[in-house]
Amino acid sequence: MLPLPLAPSAASPGASPGTAPGTSRSRRRVRMLPGFGLTMGYTLLYVSLIVLIPLSAAFLRSAELGPARFWHVVTEPRVLASLRLSFGAALLAAALNGVFGFIIAWALTRQRFPGRRLFDAIIDLPFALPTAVAGIALTSLYAPNGWIGQLLLPMGIRVAYTPLGIVVALAFVSLPFVVRTLQPVLGDLDREVERAAETLGASTLQSFRWVVLPSIWPTLLTGVALGFSRAVGEYGSVIFIAGNIPMVSEIAPLMIMTKLEQYQYAQATAIAVVMLLASFALMFGINGLQLWAQRRRRRR
Amino acid sequence: MIRGEQIPEELGRYALLAVALLYLVGLVALPLVVVFIEAFAHGIGSYVAALLDPYALAAMRLTLLTAAIVVPLNVLFGIAAAWAIAKFEFRGKNALITAIDLPFAVSPVISGLIYVLMFGAQGWFGPWLMAHGVRIIFAVPGIVLATTFVTVPFVARELIPLMQTQGNDEELTALSLGASGWQTFWLVTLPNIRWGLLYGVLLCNARAMGEFGAVSVVSGHIRGLTNTLPLHIEILHSEYNYVGAFASASILALLALVTLLAKTLLERRHPELRAGVTARA
Repeated sequence: MLPLPLAPSAASPGASPGTAPGTSRSRRRVRMLPGFGLTMGYTLLYVSLIVLIPLSAAFLRSAELGPARFWHVVTEPRVLASLRLSFGAALLAAALNGVFGFIIAWALTRQRFPGRRLFDAIIDLPFALPTAVAGIALTSLYAPNGWIGQLLLPMGIRVAYTPLGIVVALAFVSLPFVVRTLQPVLGDLDREVERAAETLGASTLQSFRWVVLPSIWPTLLTGVALGFSRAVGEYGSVIFIAGNIPMVSEIAPLMIMTKLEQYQYAQATAIAVVMLLASFALMFGINGLQLWAQRRRRRR
Repeated sequence: MIRGEQIPEELGRYALLAVALLYLVGLVALPLVVVFIEAFAHGIGSYVAALLDPYALAAMRLTLLTAAIVVPLNVLFGIAAAWAIAKFEFRGKNALITAIDLPFAVSPVISGLIYVLMFGAQGWFGPWLMAHGVRIIFAVPGIVLATTFVTVPFVARELIPLMQTQGNDEELTALSLGASGWQTFWLVTLPNIRWGLLYGVLLCNARAMGEFGAVSVVSGHIRGLTNTLPLHIEILHSEYNYVGAFASASILALLALVTLLAKTLLERRHPELRAGVTARA
């Protein structure tokens, strides 16, 4: 009795994905899905035309500057200040969300309270709300005469039109990354272990420090890194609230914009390349973090 | 077991809950509320007038047009990419997925800049385009290109994990029963991925209509011609026309609310959809 070569069972166990160019001998008998050439060709063409070639333009154009001028451009005090601000404010915002995002994720997965589903849905608002809308709304809210700005002013805290405003805008855009990364892992965490720790006399705080935190740590770091990488290049929500004062509250993407408006393409491109390199490094770092977090979770 | 710290612990629990909700309200909920309050600050008459302003209408039209071009392009790409990546094994698959993800890692301003470097007056193809009377930068094609770049990953990243978990068995069965490749796709694959596709389209559309930074670089801000709705908001805001700015913003905020609602409903019925784009977007 010959197994039907076309039957799904013949293809499913080891080689469930359609197996394109491979070496296995049985493959001759197992019919492949059609369309690999067409879809792969289209995918490569599209990614090259839309993503890879335009991105390579940034690197090639900045190379025209030569290393000495490139260095000169990116270490110009105003540029350096903008880079420091973008990275510093993004780091602060991501760290802030690391703390508050953790508490929010804990509240949403572990607590029952009225309106929980509404609060859970609203976490994704920064994904869906256009950045320009977020920008003007946060500005109006945190301006000295705004709803929240008014409350902070007597304490001497000014948010809008200061670097603190930038942190608020970046915290807004990066919040969902931290919460959404933590939520599934906090939900899966074995509560029996926590209970066991508590029956053995550990306080909630102790069980958090010695049981919850060690297993959630890599995930928390992943969420914070994702939030940071989203925040570092953010433009739309920031420029409204920042005040955009050179050397004080001017972010790096705005610096690129300013150089472009002055037709200083090479300078704009040099700043862009610095940011791109940082973003790509972050991307690989995050992939590594995610692998680490997954492996840790599987081991437990 | 009755313990001494029980009551303080309960208190701590409520305090933490209060901190979480306060943070969410102050940072996320109130900005949404303030958009509508400011939009109606001078009554419904000026709200409607601001929306019926010819420049506002032109901006809405351009935003709709851009999304109408960009979303189908990225749907077609997303389906093709997911088919190639999820249904077949090949070398360099991870590198390809990383390339598709790249736009998520790039600052919006840089997403616009790279197209200026390609097609702008000083760009690679700028002189040639100029000689042939083709305008891309500071014109609609540039806006479409920059928006396409920014939204490349949305549909693909949603469909890839979905199609990977579904496997190839159903398609192979259809083929063995004599269906053609296209029939298999239309009658087997597409119905299987339709909710994931809808989910990806929703998020792709929201981003396409709301994109600001990338479009700002390539648009040139010509009122009535190359101003999208988000850029229109910026111009009005810088002119201290707050009712106008927030009226336009309220349209985009409504779009965001509809997107969120549809997304939440989809996730409730199909929890597996969460694994896709939102993990990275």
